[in-house]
Amino acid sequence: MSKITLKVNGSMHMVDVEPATPLLYILRNDIGLQGPRFGCGLGQCGACTVIINGNAIRSCIMPVSSVKGEVTTLEGISTNGKLHPLQRAWIDEQVPQCGFCQNGQIMTAKAMLDKVPNPTDTQIRETMNATLCRCMTYYRVQTAIKRAAKTIAETKPAARKGVAA
Amino acid sequence: MTSGIPKHIEEILIANRRSFLKSAGMLAIGFGVDAGALLTRAAAQVGSQVNSGGPYIDPDFHQLDSWIVIHQNNTATFYVGKTDCGQGTGTGFRQLMSDEMDIAYDQTTCIMGSTDNTVDQGGSGGSTAMERDAWPMRRVAAEARRVLLEMGSVRLGVPVDQLVVSNAVITMKNDPAKRASYGELIGDGKFNVTLTGNNVNAVTGAAKTKSVLEYKYTGQSPPRYDIPAKVDGSLKWAVDVKLPGMVHARNVKPPYAGAKLTAIEEASVRNIPGFIKVVSKGNYIAVVCEREEQAIAAQKQLKTSWERPATAPFPPSEDLFKYMRAATPTSSQRPSVTGNPDEAFSSAAKVIEADYDIPFQGHTAISGAHAVADPSNGQMTIYSNDMKSYGMRNGVAQFLGMPRDKVRVVWMEGPQGYGRTAADDAGCEAAYIAKEIGRPVRMQWMRNEETAWDTKGPAFTVKVRGGLDSAGNLVAYDYHARSCDYNHVGYNEPDTVLIAQLMGIRKDRPSAGSSATANDMYAIPHRRMSGDVVSLPLIWETPLRTGNLRDPNGPQSTFAAESFIDELAAAAKADPFEFRMKLLQGATADDSGFKRARSIAALKAVAEVFGWDARPSPKPAGKGNILTGRGVAYSFRGQSVIAQMAEVEVNRQTGHVWAKRLACAYDCGLVVNPQNLRRAAECAMLHGLSRALHEEVQFDNEKVTSVDWITHPTLRHADVPEKIDVVLVNGDPNPNRPDLPPYGGGEAALKPMLATIANAIYDATGVRIRRAPFRAPRVLAALKAAKV
Repeated sequence: MSKITLKVNGSMHMVDVEPATPLLYILRNDIGLQGPRFGCGLGQCGACTVIINGNAIRSCIMPVSSVKGEVTTLEGISTNGKLHPLQRAWIDEQVPQCGFCQNGQIMTAKAMLDKVPNPTDTQIRETMNATLCRCMTYYRVQTAIKRAAKTIAETKPAARKGVAA
Repeated sequence: MTSGIPKHIEEILIANRRSFLKSAGMLAIGFGVDAGALLTRAAAQVGSQVNSGGPYIDPDFHQLDSWIVIHQNNTATFYVGKTDCGQGTGTGFRQLMSDEMDIAYDQTTCIMGSTDNTVDQGGSGGSTAMERDAWPMRRVAAEARRVLLEMGSVRLGVPVDQLVVSNAVITMKNDPAKRASYGELIGDGKFNVTLTGNNVNAVTGAAKTKSVLEYKYTGQSPPRYDIPAKVDGSLKWAVDVKLPGMVHARNVKPPYAGAKLTAIEEASVRNIPGFIKVVSKGNYIAVVCEREEQAIAAQKQLKTSWERPATAPFPPSEDLFKYMRAATPTSSQRPSVTGNPDEAFSSAAKVIEADYDIPFQGHTAISGAHAVADPSNGQMTIYSNDMKSYGMRNGVAQFLGMPRDKVRVVWMEGPQGYGRTAADDAGCEAAYIAKEIGRPVRMQWMRNEETAWDTKGPAFTVKVRGGLDSAGNLVAYDYHARSCDYNHVGYNEPDTVLIAQLMGIRKDRPSAGSSATANDMYAIPHRRMSGDVVSLPLIWETPLRTGNLRDPNGPQSTFAAESFIDELAAAAKADPFEFRMKLLQGATADDSGFKRARSIAALKAVAEVFGWDARPSPKPAGKGNILTGRGVAYSFRGQSVIAQMAEVEVNRQTGHVWAKRLACAYDCGLVVNPQNLRRAAECAMLHGLSRALHEEVQFDNEKVTSVDWITHPTLRHADVPEKIDVVLVNGDPNPNRPDLPPYGGGEAALKPMLATIANAIYDATGVRIRRAPFRAPRVLAALKAAKV
C-alpha cells in the first residue's frame, strides 16, 4: 500500500492503496464518485472515461500511481450548478436509454470538443468509435454532440465580449 | 440539479411507507404527522433505517393506497410494480395516470419496482408496460379521481355532478370560488378504498377510465424524468450501492463447460491484502475481499483444479448448424396447417427452398452483472437492476430457504436489461455469499464472465420452401424452424440460476424451449408452419444456456421468413414491396386487432418516407467498389406492427456493409409518448442492425471463446446510418376511436432488421446471405463465390 495524492474535480484527495490499482476503483470506492463506471476493465468500451490533461482516459486500466494531472469526472464538468452544453444537449435530445454508458459518451465527446470545437461527422464517428453503447443510442449521441458544438460556438463570442467589456 | 437526488427517488424512501401500507384498509391515520424527513436515496442506502424494517409484506394491490399517495402540497406519488429498462415507461405511466386523475403531470412522481414499496406487477418483460400493465394504473387513477370528487362533494356540500376538476383542484361549476384541492381533501391521508379484480392486471375500482380523446398528457412528449440525473452523474445506480461493512465478491468460473472442481488452494490467495474467504459449494466458487481490486486480484490468482467432462459439452461454433440439422429433436411443435400444402407444392409452377442460420447471440450488457445483498437483522435486502425484481425476491427466498417476508429486492437502475440477463444470477450469488459470511456483499461479474456466461438468444436454423403459380403468386409455403433452445432458463428460478446449477441443483424436467414461427399477415392459401427444438449435449453448468433476449425468437424467425419472401419475389420477378402488399391484400377479413389493415398501412407509410424505388431485386449490376441497394421487411409482435426499409452500401473489395439509411413505420396503437417511442424504435432498430452485422457467440468444443468486445463485437459509432426515420402509424380502421389501446413498443422494431439488411445486400449485389451476422469476411467470401 502507498499513500497517493490525487486532484479530482478541483479537490485534493489522499488515498492509501496498492499503486497498481486502477484509477476507476479509487474514484468510485474511495472518493465516492459514480460518473465513471466499470464496463469491461479492458479499456475497450469507455464507460469508465475521465479526462486528464485534456485527454479522454480509460480509468479502468490506468494505474492510480501513473496519474499525472488533475482528474475530471462527469460530476466535474458542470460549472456552478450549470450543466455543460453537452449535458444540456443530452437532455434536449433525450439521448439515453438505460444511460449506463453515457458517462463515456459525454466525457469522450467533451475531450473531443475541447480540442476540435466544430468536428465533422467523420471526426465524430472516428473519435467516438471505441465508446460503446449496448442500447445503441449512437445516432442520438452524434446528434447531441453536434447540437452542443453549436451551442458552444454561439456562446463563445458573447463570453469574449463580456471579458472585453 | 447537479447535486440533487431526483425527487422521485427521494420519495421512494419516505421512512414510514411500510407502516403506511401495513395499515392500508384500516382507519385513516394522518400520514403527514409522522412522516419525518424525506431520506435521500443515498442516505437510505447507507443508513440502517431501511433495513431495520420487515417483515416485508406484499403491498396489497386491492388497496388504492398501495398505488397512489396524495400529499398535502397537492402532489401525487404513483407506486407501480414495473421497472424501466431505459425506454421511459415511468414517464408514460405518469402521463396516463395524471390524465386519469386530472392532476398536472409536473405534480406527480412515479416509484417503481421495489418489492416492499410497490405492488407486484411482475417487473418488466414482453413489451407489456403500456399494453397490459398500464391498465390497472389507469383504472386506479380513475378511481382515485372518483373518490376525491366524492370527498369534494361532501366538503363543498354539492352533488358530484355540480363539480369540475382540473389540475387536482375541484371547483363548483356555478361558483368557481368554491374549491378544494386534492391535497386539502386527503393530503398524506388514506383513501381506504378496496378495489376489486381477481389479479393485479384485473384490478379496478368503480370508476370508468376516460376516453382516450379526453387525454391531455397522453400523446404528448414530456421529457423523461430519469434523464437529467443520468447525464449529470447524480443518479445512484445499483452498482453504486455502498453499505457499512460491505465486502466485494468475485466468481471463479469453471474453465470448461461441465468441469468438476477437484481442488481449491486457498493458500494461493491468502497473501492478498484484505482477503476474507473463499466461498465454495459443489462447482461454485467465489472469493471475498475487503476491497474491490483485491477481490479481482484474488479471482485471477486463486489456484483451482478441475476435471473435464467425459464427452465434449458442445460442438465448436463452426459446426453448430451441421450439428443442429442432424440432431434428434427434444420436442416438436404441432404444425399449423392451412389448406393442403403438399398438393399445392406438387402443382406449383416453380418451387424454391432455402436454409437460414442465426447463431447464438448474447445480451452482453455494457456492464457485468451485479448486485448488493445485505443480510442485516436476519433478513435479506438485494439491491439489483434485475428487470423482474419481484421474481428475484421469490427466487432468492427459495434458494436461501428463507421466508419470503424476510427477503426484499430494491430495484435500481442498471445497464440495459432486454430479457433474462445475468442480473438474475448475480442477485442469487450476492445473497448466498452475504448469508454465508454475515456481511453485506457486492458481487460483480467481469467482462469475460458476462460475455461468455450470460444467457444467449437461441441459435436457429430454418428451412423454408415456397411454391409459385405460373402468374408468380405464392400458393404454397412451408416454414420449418429448428432452435437450439432446450433447457431455456426462466427468470430467477432457484433451480436454474447459475449458482444453483454449479451447486448441482437440477430441475426435474428441463424447460422444453421454443422454436416459435414467424409472424406475418400474408394470405397464402396453402401453408405449413412448424418447428423443432434441439439440445446441445450438455444442458447444465454450461455457458451456452439460452434465455429470453429482446423478443426471444422474433429476430431469428423473421430473418428467415422475410428473407425468403424476398427470394420468392425475386423468383417471381416482382418488386419486393409490391409482392408483400399483394400478399396482404389477398385477404379481406381481418383479426380483432386489425393487424392485416395495419400491416398494409405500415408498409405504405414506410415506403413513402423512405422513397421506395419500385422494381424487382436485384438492382442491375453496379460498377465501382461500392454497390448500393435497398431492402424491405415487415412483421408484428403481439399487436404491434413494424415495417422497415434500409439502404445499404456494400464494399465489393472488403465485404463491409454500411446501412446508410434506415426507416420504419411503427404501429403501436395509442401512442403515450411519441418521442420516447421514437427513441426506443431507433435504438431497437440499431440493436437489430448490430445483430445483423456483428453479433455471434463463438466457442470451441469446451468453452465460449467470445469473451470481450473484440471477440463478441457490437455496433459502433462508425456503423450508424446517416439518417433514421421513424414514422408512427395509426392504421386502425377507426383511428380516433375512444378505446384505442396502446400496444408494446420496446421490442418489435428490432425484429425485421436482419432481414431488411439481408434483402438490401441482395438488392445491391445479387448475392443472398443466409447466415447471420453479415460480417465483412462472410460477405466478401459470398461475393467472391458469386464473382461479384
